[in-house]
Amino acid sequence: MKLSLWTYEGPPHVGAMRIATAMTDLHYVLHAPQGDTYADLLFTMIERRKHRPPVTYTTFQARDLGADTSQLFMDAARDAQARFKPAAMIVGASCTGELIQDDPGGLSRTLGLPIPVIPLELPSYSKKENWGASETFYQVVRALAPQGAERMQAKDAGPSCNILGPTALGFRHRDDVTEIVGLLEKIGVTVNVVAPLDASVHDILALRQADFNVLLYPEIALTAAQWLKRTFGQPFTRKIPIGVSATRDFVREVLDVAGIEDADPIDQIESRLPWYSRSIDSTYLTGKRVFLFGDASHVIAMARVAKTEMGFEIVGMGSYSREFARDMREAAAAYGLEALITEDYLEVEEQIRSLQPELVLGTQMERHISKRLGIPCAVISAPVHVQDYPARYSPFMGFEGANVLFDTLVHPLTMGLEEHLLNMFRDDFEFNDEAGPSHLGHASNNERQKSLEKLQHGEPTQGQNGEGKIEWQPDAERELKKIPFFVRGKARRNTEKFAAELGLAEISMETLYEAKSHFSR
Amino acid sequence: MSLTREEIRVPEFKGCRQRPVLRQRGQHEVFCGLTGIMWLHRKIQDAFFLIVGSRTCAHLMQSAAGVMIFAEPRFGTAILEEKDLAGLADMNDELDVVVERLLERRPEIRLLFLVGSCPSEVIKLDLSRAAHRLSKIHSPGVRILNYSGSGIETTFTQGEDACLASLVPNLPPEPEGAPASLMVVGALSDVVEDQFARIFEQLGIGPVRFLPARLADDMPAVGENTVFILAQPFLSDTARALEAAGARMLPAPFPLGANGTTEWFRVAAEAFGVEPSLFDTVTQAPRMRAQRAVENHRKRLEGCSIFFFPDSQLEIPLARFLHQELGMIPSEIGTPYLNTKFMAPELDALPQNVVVSEGQDVDVQLDRCLSERPDIAVCGLGLANPLEVKGITTKWSIELVFTPIQGYEQAGDLAELFARPLNRRTRLEV
Repeated sequence: MKLSLWTYEGPPHVGAMRIATAMTDLHYVLHAPQGDTYADLLFTMIERRKHRPPVTYTTFQARDLGADTSQLFMDAARDAQARFKPAAMIVGASCTGELIQDDPGGLSRTLGLPIPVIPLELPSYSKKENWGASETFYQVVRALAPQGAERMQAKDAGPSCNILGPTALGFRHRDDVTEIVGLLEKIGVTVNVVAPLDASVHDILALRQADFNVLLYPEIALTAAQWLKRTFGQPFTRKIPIGVSATRDFVREVLDVAGIEDADPIDQIESRLPWYSRSIDSTYLTGKRVFLFGDASHVIAMARVAKTEMGFEIVGMGSYSREFARDMREAAAAYGLEALITEDYLEVEEQIRSLQPELVLGTQMERHISKRLGIPCAVISAPVHVQDYPARYSPFMGFEGANVLFDTLVHPLTMGLEEHLLNMFRDDFEFNDEAGPSHLGHASNNERQKSLEKLQHGEPTQGQNGEGKIEWQPDAERELKKIPFFVRGKARRNTEKFAAELGLAEISMETLYEAKSHFSR
Repeated sequence: MSLTREEIRVPEFKGCRQRPVLRQRGQHEVFCGLTGIMWLHRKIQDAFFLIVGSRTCAHLMQSAAGVMIFAEPRFGTAILEEKDLAGLADMNDELDVVVERLLERRPEIRLLFLVGSCPSEVIKLDLSRAAHRLSKIHSPGVRILNYSGSGIETTFTQGEDACLASLVPNLPPEPEGAPASLMVVGALSDVVEDQFARIFEQLGIGPVRFLPARLADDMPAVGENTVFILAQPFLSDTARALEAAGARMLPAPFPLGANGTTEWFRVAAEAFGVEPSLFDTVTQAPRMRAQRAVENHRKRLEGCSIFFFPDSQLEIPLARFLHQELGMIPSEIGTPYLNTKFMAPELDALPQNVVVSEGQDVDVQLDRCLSERPDIAVCGLGLANPLEVKGITTKWSIELVFTPIQGYEQAGDLAELFARPLNRRTRLEV
């Protein structure tokens, strides 16, 4: 039993819903009690989908438990097939359905439905949403793909691939797919099938016709890609095209796998990110301290962008994707960091509080934590909120994605010149750091300042030993306030640490600047 | 003015209970009772709601709220894991540890609800015994109660009913020789509660107490001298529990709209022997205000047809208000559960040809809605956008639970909630 106040991932059957909802003619019959239908609103409200997810819930009640819940399941499956006429069906149980052990797979076999029925075993008490999506996609592919026709490709056709992994309720999947399809076509690769997003059952049958697979979202499609490789000898790509360099790596990998000799096209594709990042206005971005948290793929990719394409400094990173903890740890180690692997947002909050980054790249929860702590934040990963489905075209992947990333990462920060002016005229009554960046409006500045004070004063720092609390002399305290607010906490901490090391009981203005020189490298 | 038990006039429930009801059985597109925690944890400010359930329960709570939590919330889920189910860990020991840690972390908590879920009910985890055991450990600082909000037993607002019913046996007894008192039952927003308290005071009715109170130690006393009036329609079990504790129930329509609110107050006033002239003096001004505010929306809503999907059990009183005070035409009124006794006065105010349906078979009901093409459909969040796409204007029913809609001063707001989607339709030219 584990206490949870908020979770990064839903249960595994929600993962299965993301696959069914992504596809055009797959129906999901879910043995579940009343209330589990809440999951529909994730799709209709958050993602603003125009149709209800193709899911039939058996809605068993307490009074059914003594009677025949399996009959209820069979009726629901038969009715769903008759009403919705899907090309295939997945069947399974939610957490409560799992407990009553009705075996939806076995029951639906006895129905003799005229379509393929794929049973799902998604252990609700040990697995989570992404795992459920991955397992479901794998089971769907495994059940349907071998029935596909033999490969029939025209001899003169160029290399072709499938794109694997985009789902319903994915973070920017819709636009990522558009971007990557365009990119692949530009370099001479035909896209055979995109799955599961907007794929039909027939498309799944046709997966085997491609030369190789592009694995866009490993959390969802790694298992399926591995199976396709084993079964049909289709290799798959591992580079995730987020950021300019990673997109170039991705293109090189695709060219290599596709056997395209001509390495030319890659240089003709431009992104604005490199120039924007080099333009002098961006100097102020240098060394901004960044903390990242989210699914493993997005965090690993975004860390590279943050460090090598924006010039930030990574001070901490982590993920809730336990299945990819190893990759995450390796990536963090490359930055000399230890990855935070947790599903507990309070731990993430604690780490952000103690690291005091200047920018947080995270999920909706980190956006929330950052708001509370007064730290700028951009969302780079699921879990998603309604605002993560912008009306405009806004991919995270590919070269256009890199442009979007530049804007996404810069927007929450104070702009370059504005930052200088803030530093020069610290005591200006309206143009000061407490007024917040002008382009972000004036909302919640007080709250922001209050949380900031909490952040700066609330936590005991390492410099303070048990008995001796170090006093700040008033002039030193005043001087400290002249330091820009986003580094003030760090300056306070460092100065106190420095004073403690010297065994000082008081911090004077002198100590403050001694410490500054001591820590500057 | 204090009255004795004998001086309080408690009328019989009246109204016709013979009306055909369409009973449906199939997929329910309705929340389970756990969602009541969403407003109950804001209402009782020193209570914590600990769901004993699965990751689904936790996910439901955060998704249904539709918002991120602004501080450490006063609800959470003790998520059952494989080792609990396999018997490798003793669930009661595990629960004790979770509760212990929780109370250590939140020392301000005075009342802890262990809330049963579908999985905890199916594995027959006895939460009442757990509550009893934990109460012994943590009393007197913290009281620990239990109820079920599981989807196999409760629909949406029935969670509040189960919660309040669990409070009743633990309410303090009336002191010996206490005067007759009025208890208003059902969670109301604080602003509505304060307005009601002021009107009761002007009417000279008192003492008046509210269930639930805002703090655990302020819960009202109950006994033979208590009469109670429901402010929410979904409180069947709570009413039964109060009656079992000796209290008497006043049959009344629900305080929605100018008429509903007036009739609701009138029942209490007559029971407490308030002079009709005083009643008119006190209620006239707010009543006129409410009527004016409602009237502002008549032009938009009069003659419009309305279809209710089942959700909160507020559907029938809402339909009565919209029909009586705004001239709307209800076509189907769905409710998850129909209490014919409580609803009789409300149903009597509705035209005979209205279809009243109980329960749900969502696909079939959607067919009915699409073939009737009402001017506005009241439905849950999962159905709203798909209906809008098909050209049907919708009103999210959950807003009717989360918004202050009861009483005189909110009558206009309530009408506006229905007028706004129609208004929006006429504004958009894209």
